[in-house]
Amino acid sequence: MAFEKNVFNKTSRTDSEIAFLGGMTIVCKSSTDLFLYVVGSSHENELMLVSVLTCLFESLNHVLRKNVEKRWLLENMDGAFLVLDEIVDGGVILESDPQQVIQKVNFRADDSSLTEQSVAQVLQSAKEQIKWSLLK
Amino acid sequence: RHLEKSAVLQEARIFNETPINPRRCLHILTKILYLLNQGEHFGTTEATEAFFAMTRLFQSNDQTLRRMCYLTIKEMATISEDVIIVTSSLTKDMTGKEDVYRGPAIRALCRITDGTMLQAIERYMKQAIVDKVSGVSSSALVSSLHMMKISHDVVKRWVNEAQEAASSDNIMVQVLPLSHTGCFSVCLCFELCILHLFFLLSNDALCIFITSHESPLFDFIESCLRNKHEMVIYEAASAIIHLPNCTARELAPAVSVLQLFCSSPKPALRYAAVRTLNKVAMKHPSAVTACNLDLENLITDSNRSIATLAITTLLKTGSESSVDRLMKQISSFVSEISDEFKVVVVQAISALCQKYPRKHSVMMTFLSNMLRDDGGFEYKRAIVDCIISIVEENPEGKEAGLAHLCEFIEDCEHTVLATKILHLLGKEGPRTPVPSKYIRFIFNRVVLENEAVRAGYWKFLGYRDMPLLCPLDRCMMDTDDEVRDRATFYLNVLQQRQMALNATYIFNGLTVSVPGMEKALHQYTLEPSEKPFDMKSIPLAMAPVFEQKAEIMFVATKPEKFAPSRQDIFQEQLAAIPEFMDLGPLFKSSEPVQLTEAETEYFVRCVKHVFTNHIVFQFDCTNTLNDQLLEKVTVQMEPSESHEVLCCLPAPSLAYNQPGICYTLVRLPDDDSTAGTNPQEGGERSKNASQLELLTVGANLWFFSKMKYGPVASAIILGNCMVSFFFFPNSHLSFFQNSSPYCTSKVSVFLRDAITLQLKGKILAPPISPGPLG
Repeated sequence: MAFEKNVFNKTSRTDSEIAFLGGMTIVCKSSTDLFLYVVGSSHENELMLVSVLTCLFESLNHVLRKNVEKRWLLENMDGAFLVLDEIVDGGVILESDPQQVIQKVNFRADDSSLTEQSVAQVLQSAKEQIKWSLLK
Repeated sequence: RHLEKSAVLQEARIFNETPINPRRCLHILTKILYLLNQGEHFGTTEATEAFFAMTRLFQSNDQTLRRMCYLTIKEMATISEDVIIVTSSLTKDMTGKEDVYRGPAIRALCRITDGTMLQAIERYMKQAIVDKVSGVSSSALVSSLHMMKISHDVVKRWVNEAQEAASSDNIMVQVLPLSHTGCFSVCLCFELCILHLFFLLSNDALCIFITSHESPLFDFIESCLRNKHEMVIYEAASAIIHLPNCTARELAPAVSVLQLFCSSPKPALRYAAVRTLNKVAMKHPSAVTACNLDLENLITDSNRSIATLAITTLLKTGSESSVDRLMKQISSFVSEISDEFKVVVVQAISALCQKYPRKHSVMMTFLSNMLRDDGGFEYKRAIVDCIISIVEENPEGKEAGLAHLCEFIEDCEHTVLATKILHLLGKEGPRTPVPSKYIRFIFNRVVLENEAVRAGYWKFLGYRDMPLLCPLDRCMMDTDDEVRDRATFYLNVLQQRQMALNATYIFNGLTVSVPGMEKALHQYTLEPSEKPFDMKSIPLAMAPVFEQKAEIMFVATKPEKFAPSRQDIFQEQLAAIPEFMDLGPLFKSSEPVQLTEAETEYFVRCVKHVFTNHIVFQFDCTNTLNDQLLEKVTVQMEPSESHEVLCCLPAPSLAYNQPGICYTLVRLPDDDSTAGTNPQEGGERSKNASQLELLTVGANLWFFSKMKYGPVASAIILGNCMVSFFFFPNSHLSFFQNSSPYCTSKVSVFLRDAITLQLKGKILAPPISPGPLG
């Protein structure tokens, strides 16, 4: 946790997208109140790290229905875990195409509070659920 | 959200319930995973319990839940016991119909498989690698990569399957195994694969692949420079840069590509480009000069890392005229960059100082400003080293450098640096036109700083100015032992006012290796010998001690007992005294040492007899006053904490000119035995944990001790000969603990006289080796 704190302190202020800390290359992306980081050794291709970061962000974007915020992330932590699992496995990049990731994860954020959605959306998601269960 | 581990684990009990509620279980599993990721520690028992509970969840068909189970398996693989019970479930999933499960199941399986199990699942793995579903194949391949670390040989057998997979159409899965290095790599496209490969190869292997720039592989790499994917282009450029023996001409296309990247809107691309150019500049600065303009634009980049790298690259490729401008630009933001980058910048400046010595004043100003700013030890050290190298190599920069360093040590918290600088002042100060101006700084440090710095002060005695001897006197009363020792010694030497003495005792260090000397001395103490200790038996400082074992030719012969030796006589004498009968064999008797000066009322000589656990001090006293009769003469000894004066035997009466003997018996502390084994003190830094600990070293005066407050031996060395070797049973160091310095005058006088005697003896004649005292 100390490393993470250190990285956060150094990068959040200056709004930098790429940095070199503790012998490692770090790329960063921020959205609303979340900061996403990808850390790699200094030998790694920086562009590769950026593509991983982008993939992560895009996938999360889809999973969280375009609300990449802390609150939604915590609510749907399981989805986030699965997304991560599909992108990187033990330090090796598995996938960098967000579409592929989304397909594999097959997860959608919980529509936890109905009041935040319109009725139409609820009907829509209900229809989708039924469709999927019929296809199985 | 504040999660509490014990509460969450308690909740996990519902996994055992039927029917399984996927939503709730999912929620709890997520919490567990979250805790694990936050670094929460799970004990083995609780982890195992949770793991077993989780296995129940396999009964549910909820996709997300199953996937989360896989994740949990992976995370807990190392902290829970008996994880292999899920093997069968996982193999079922990986060969089942649900494609969604197969990939993740494989990856989970490989996390829990150890070397013994691997062969059991080998069949499944091979099938998975060549599976048509890309997710399955890639998962299998990545897992194989991880398994290589566990069981290289088994996984190597899957090379054929892997090669087959490589030829599949699917872009996402392209794997190129290299049997001899055993690497797999899952990359995004074919070109990238090959290029990435070059990073994985060692330099030697690379040379095998690319023997000349005409090879087809090189052409391939060059063609990648024109690929549509930026990543491939960059990787290709990087590969070319890293090729050994690359000429400037071959580098040119790679460099021009990087130059283009410098003006990219993407920070990552700019960063990658400038970082690579920096590497090129180290070996081929001329190849990078074409990019100077682009690099200069990057100096004002909003990303500080990019700006720093740009500047350090320019420092390597820039001309002398651009130095001023560059330095100004760096100083404007150096406070914002991380310590690591600061060190990089300083090192670049250091190289620049050597390249353009005329620019030292600009550099020096910059360096001194950096010194004043906040920064860590490594950073400050880099700066100090840089300034020192300027001082040493550039005569014009010497005074300014020394002045800056003086200012620095006034307020420096790093002892190592302060000592280093003081040494430098001592060495370089005398060579400046007005050396006396540094005396003030030195004096202040001596007065104010800690022990290590004060002790290090003794190097500046190259000054011939008398005022310097005043601080020496102060140091005689210093609270720290080492400082006082050194002060006493040096003061004595200086007071002789002989340059030859100064040269030998102060300036010239010891040429033999310290650990070797320790070892040899230790050997010496184990066996009695008539011969004095021979410095020549110690290996020189160059060679490491462990190679010298065969060469320490210490001849340990028992003295021939044809005629009674002096020692035998002593042994008999002492054995005749009832109090000394039980002391055991006499190890060694020292030569007599005068304790008083010739003109005093009484004349005392001391001979020390060393036994296994005791020392007997024999004081031969002579009364020099013809009108006085001295009775019950004893010599008072003040022992240190660990030594005990057991008894004193007085000389009953001393008439004029009639020598008498009084004895004092002192017991040595228990772990002081010369026949003891090596004490391994906790955290002992030296690899040779010898019994003799080197306490302090003047240029030619060495103090050894078995314990800090125990017996102390000191050796005076001249060139490569040891003139004498003293053994003080009571540590003179402990005497200095008294608050008043004057009450220790007795011993300090003894010390001084002993040294003076030795010195006198030395100057007049070749080494007389009066022999060790014991």
